[in-house]
Amino acid sequence: MSDSDSNTVDVKRRRMLIAGTAVVGAVGTIGFAAPLAISWLPSARAKAAGAPVEVNISKIEPGQLVRVIWRGKPIWLVSRTDEMITNLPSNDANLRDPTSSVETQQPAYAKNPSRARKTEMLVLIGICTHLGCSPTYRPELAPADLGADWKGGWYCPCHGSRFDLAGRVFKNVPAPTNLVVPPHFYKSDDVILIGEDGGAT
Amino acid sequence: MATYPRKTDATGLLGWVDERFPVVQTWKDHMSEYYAPKNFNVWYYFGVLAMLVLVIQIVSGIFLTMHYKPDTGMAFASVEYIMRDVPGGWFIRYMHSTGASAFFIVIYFHMFRGLMYGSYKGKRELVWLIGMALYLALMAEAFMGYLLPWGQMSFWGAQVIINLFNTIPGIGGFLSEFIRGDFVISDPTLNRLFAFHVAAVPLILVALVFVHIVALHTVGSNNPDGVEIKALKNEKGIPLDGIPFHPYYTVHDIPAIVVFLMAFFAVIFFMPEVGGYFLEHANFEPANPLKTPEHIAPVWYFTPFYTVLRAVTLSPFMGTVAMFGAIIMLFVLPWLDRNPIKSWRYRNTAHMLNLAIFASVFIVLGYLGVKPVTPELKEMGVRMTEIYFLFFAVIFIHSKTNLSRYVIGFVILAGAVVAIDFWRYNPDDAISAAQIMKQWIWPIGYLALTLLLPLVMKSCNAEKAVPERVTS
Repeated sequence: MSDSDSNTVDVKRRRMLIAGTAVVGAVGTIGFAAPLAISWLPSARAKAAGAPVEVNISKIEPGQLVRVIWRGKPIWLVSRTDEMITNLPSNDANLRDPTSSVETQQPAYAKNPSRARKTEMLVLIGICTHLGCSPTYRPELAPADLGADWKGGWYCPCHGSRFDLAGRVFKNVPAPTNLVVPPHFYKSDDVILIGEDGGAT
Repeated sequence: MATYPRKTDATGLLGWVDERFPVVQTWKDHMSEYYAPKNFNVWYYFGVLAMLVLVIQIVSGIFLTMHYKPDTGMAFASVEYIMRDVPGGWFIRYMHSTGASAFFIVIYFHMFRGLMYGSYKGKRELVWLIGMALYLALMAEAFMGYLLPWGQMSFWGAQVIINLFNTIPGIGGFLSEFIRGDFVISDPTLNRLFAFHVAAVPLILVALVFVHIVALHTVGSNNPDGVEIKALKNEKGIPLDGIPFHPYYTVHDIPAIVVFLMAFFAVIFFMPEVGGYFLEHANFEPANPLKTPEHIAPVWYFTPFYTVLRAVTLSPFMGTVAMFGAIIMLFVLPWLDRNPIKSWRYRNTAHMLNLAIFASVFIVLGYLGVKPVTPELKEMGVRMTEIYFLFFAVIFIHSKTNLSRYVIGFVILAGAVVAIDFWRYNPDDAISAAQIMKQWIWPIGYLALTLLLPLVMKSCNAEKAVPERVTS
């Protein structure tokens, strides 16, 4: 078999060419897909909208919940009453993670029994850790629908998850972890900045 | 190679076209000389009805696009504008919203027909797989479309679904941010889902429908008897039990289309929301990222899988896996049901029971998905989820009507159910524990009916002889 015989197919050479063409084609496809896929990442505008938020807390009444938006997420600021704080430990036996052992759910400065920098002021991302619904604030004691043991907290209307007044999740609900405490710090006694740790933590 | 120029018997304009495009042959292959079994029953209407609904959705959708604005600031108002100010806009929109639910009703019947008559067997596995891909694409299409009105349910439903990706360990956070194009569901999310809903997914749907039909016409349609009509042909090579699709079935389908459209338009004119099931009440409120509606339920056609998601509380990721697993299991059905008999008419009673229970459980799962979670309903969701997955094991066991196979199957499956109960049982949680003790009867009873009953009642295990020709 000679190379000059034009009717002979060099199978090896043909396979090599097909494989080569396929590889080049695949590289080209990936190259073309990359800029399209990258266009899906948060845009500069969306990132800018994620900047920190300042809140003045001097007007929050005891027991009141105030919502602000940070990165499009609801942030809850709750000024807890003394009764609410003294009731917190009584939930511990029924909680999945009473000691806030999951590191990703709060900054180190909020890993304490009240999950806050200052015991009375709770700052939370108001999004259920199950599938992202925003739970309902239910500060009352022992309402009919939540049972006699209810010491106040949040109830998620989507899938029935329950959290206490430190955002700690109860056992046997779909949510796996406590609500997230966002990075925040006190710029002064009355002003909290949400979105930054404030360096000295 | 074909001759040049192409030979054709057609004359005139048709002849001119046929010399350049195989229009006559295509017509013959798929219509006038496509031989369909003569014994189609009412269950065989749903394929053509699904095509009809697809056309309704595409046409009404194109016209909605002319008035809708995919912008978080304007979307809700533009839908209200369509409803109030666009002449006849309400009609087009209600056609589209009712069409979405009608699509799923028709498809669920169409799929159950496939289960009853074993339409995924006899070289029809690919028809089934393409059909399942269509079902998946349809669910994606419906989900994306539901975000567009930017109502409360649009927003919070999408929140739940997109956060399913968030549960994937490691890459979840990045992936959901990538899908949303923001840290939350917002304008970029609405825009890209709009693009998918009106362009990308419809193209895929149409292409898949085409491939679904080409694959079907290559192997030939199944029928209620599960008899291969191509096995017996006359001297011209025409199946003895076959009749040309056109004109017989085209004409045969027209009354079904008329009846369907009567029901369809009755819904549009008299009860377009269907009590909050086709259009949920909360969706008449604009999306508010700071306020979750009191009770979130997806639209009815997703609720069976939603119950599966809620039932698995092991971890959110496992819930997601279970939910997608519930759909994936349907894909592999042709390789699980290995019994050579296609139609349930000739399978044993245990198999008929299995299919009937599966259909009922699917409906119960759907019902549970629209209800708020109580301890009782939660446990029921878990039990129904168990039966849903057990079905696939039981249909595999039923591949052979061997009694010892049934017993071994029962022991393994019931053992698995009990093991899961032992692991779930927590005496500290008295309410859940009591429910476990009460509702274990569902899956165990299901297994007993499908696997143990044939031991006691021999008639339950008797398969009938498949006739050579179709009946009636």
